[in-house]
Amino acid sequence: MTKAMGAVVYVEGLQKSYGATVAVAGISFEVQEGEIYGMIGPNGAGKTTTIECLEGLRKPDQGTIRVLGLDPQREGKALRLRTGMQLQSSNLQDRMRVWEALDLYASFYPRAADWKVLLGQLGLEDKRDTPFAKLSGGQKQRLFIALALLPDPQLIFLDELTTGLDPQARHTIWDLVRDVRARGKTVVLSTHFMEEAEKLCDRVAILDRGRIVALDTPAALIHRLDFEARVLFTLEGSLPAALPEALARVGRVEVQGQQVTVRGPGDAPTPLVSEVVNVLAAQGVPFRDLRTEQATLEDVFLSLTGRAVRA
Amino acid sequence: MRSMVKMTWMEAKLFLREPASAFFSLIFPLMMLLIFGTIYGSQSVPGTGSTEEAIGALIPSFTGMIIGMIGLMPITITMATYRENGILRRLRTTPVGPLVVMMAQLVVVFAMTTLGMALLVAAGRLIYHVSFPENVFSVLGGFVLGSLSFFAIGFILAGLMPTARAAQIVGMVLLYPMLILSGAGWPRELMPPAVLKLSAYLPLTYVVNLLRGLWFGESWAQHTTDVLVLLGLLVGGVLISIRTFRWE
Repeated sequence: MTKAMGAVVYVEGLQKSYGATVAVAGISFEVQEGEIYGMIGPNGAGKTTTIECLEGLRKPDQGTIRVLGLDPQREGKALRLRTGMQLQSSNLQDRMRVWEALDLYASFYPRAADWKVLLGQLGLEDKRDTPFAKLSGGQKQRLFIALALLPDPQLIFLDELTTGLDPQARHTIWDLVRDVRARGKTVVLSTHFMEEAEKLCDRVAILDRGRIVALDTPAALIHRLDFEARVLFTLEGSLPAALPEALARVGRVEVQGQQVTVRGPGDAPTPLVSEVVNVLAAQGVPFRDLRTEQATLEDVFLSLTGRAVRA
Repeated sequence: MRSMVKMTWMEAKLFLREPASAFFSLIFPLMMLLIFGTIYGSQSVPGTGSTEEAIGALIPSFTGMIIGMIGLMPITITMATYRENGILRRLRTTPVGPLVVMMAQLVVVFAMTTLGMALLVAAGRLIYHVSFPENVFSVLGGFVLGSLSFFAIGFILAGLMPTARAAQIVGMVLLYPMLILSGAGWPRELMPPAVLKLSAYLPLTYVVNLLRGLWFGESWAQHTTDVLVLLGLLVGGVLISIRTFRWE
């Protein structure tokens, strides 16, 4: 059995245009069983189009797609029986109650998961009789995850799952997604939050203008970029005259009032932070709030595309 | 099949939870019957016979009113809203697909229309002792044809309108002249000839004509025009609504 056939998702040379607009310009990737695979990029990068092609909702112009070994265009119904999907923009009827939605959608699947159990797992028990329109954004998303889990799917798609949610709700949803993976399911998600991709995904594809510009684990992507270390601290008193010169020997120094930033190579044998602390100790300079800053996926994206994600 | 039954039951509950649709299709025509019944009880009406007969004539007319209101309001608004809000999109990700919701919708509005008519008949019978039509099956056949044909207009409109709001406004703009001029809300016997001419352009007129005729024991052969117009509407409506249908 080849690797491609063992992959839960196999995409080769996917292309899709809407009129003159190229949404996906030839991308290829594989998703392995049990991983959380993320696609990140700004709006219009091609994330949603890719997910919709995977689910068979859109017909690719070119390329080969196999999801769970099925062709989404020809075997869409079989695929929908075995996958769960949460869409970026979808809704339920305003006056439909939470339990009614779960009960109704459960009837679509011959071997549906027990929705009463899902209700508890997603913390919606006390919202059982609440109409959809009265749910908060986070509760709606949790209900959508529950609906996506109803077919007891091997694979679940989550498109822009936490957009519009407050940070607390976002963290709750992340925990839920990790739970889903812990139950042996594969997750394919898209997001434009770097932090989300960094904290949640096993592998991340960075999409820009319909292409994958990088694909690796978040740590490896960041490590690749980790050419610079930053150390920041605040002086307790005025700036000692000899300090800038001493610090300049370990890195580039920037002083703004009491705030000092030192930048140096990220891959030096002695970490920059030790060097800076040594200098401060040797000169007996009082300081507080010393901290280091590392590159984030945001920086990776910036360096790969020359643009900020939400620009 | 199980999902179709569940979806239909769900749509029925949602219909009844929408106070406006439930009121206008079930309660409002009944109120009209009682109001007209009170008026007719004390004076004679031009062009009609006894009081019972006059009130009897209201039942098919007001049934036409229910058909008109349901066809242009709940169907149009519901389907346009389901598309606009992404409810159809959500259903597309399931094995059953969104057609199940349209079928369920059709079953529910047809059942509600039938219930509305049953309430009128029951009230007419119990309060005003209106006699039943001679050929009940003939009336029911006309009712099925009239409602399905007219409902097709609602589905076409839902497909054409860009937003649910637009669907609601256009539905209302089309509905009111039909209610007043088709004979559904006001006896055609009281209309001047010029208005009668105008009413020939309103689809609901044919629904009302057919229902009233059959109610009073006329044969289908006497209503060829009505039947042809309604059949044309049904066939054309199905074809056009398939073409105008959009998922999103």
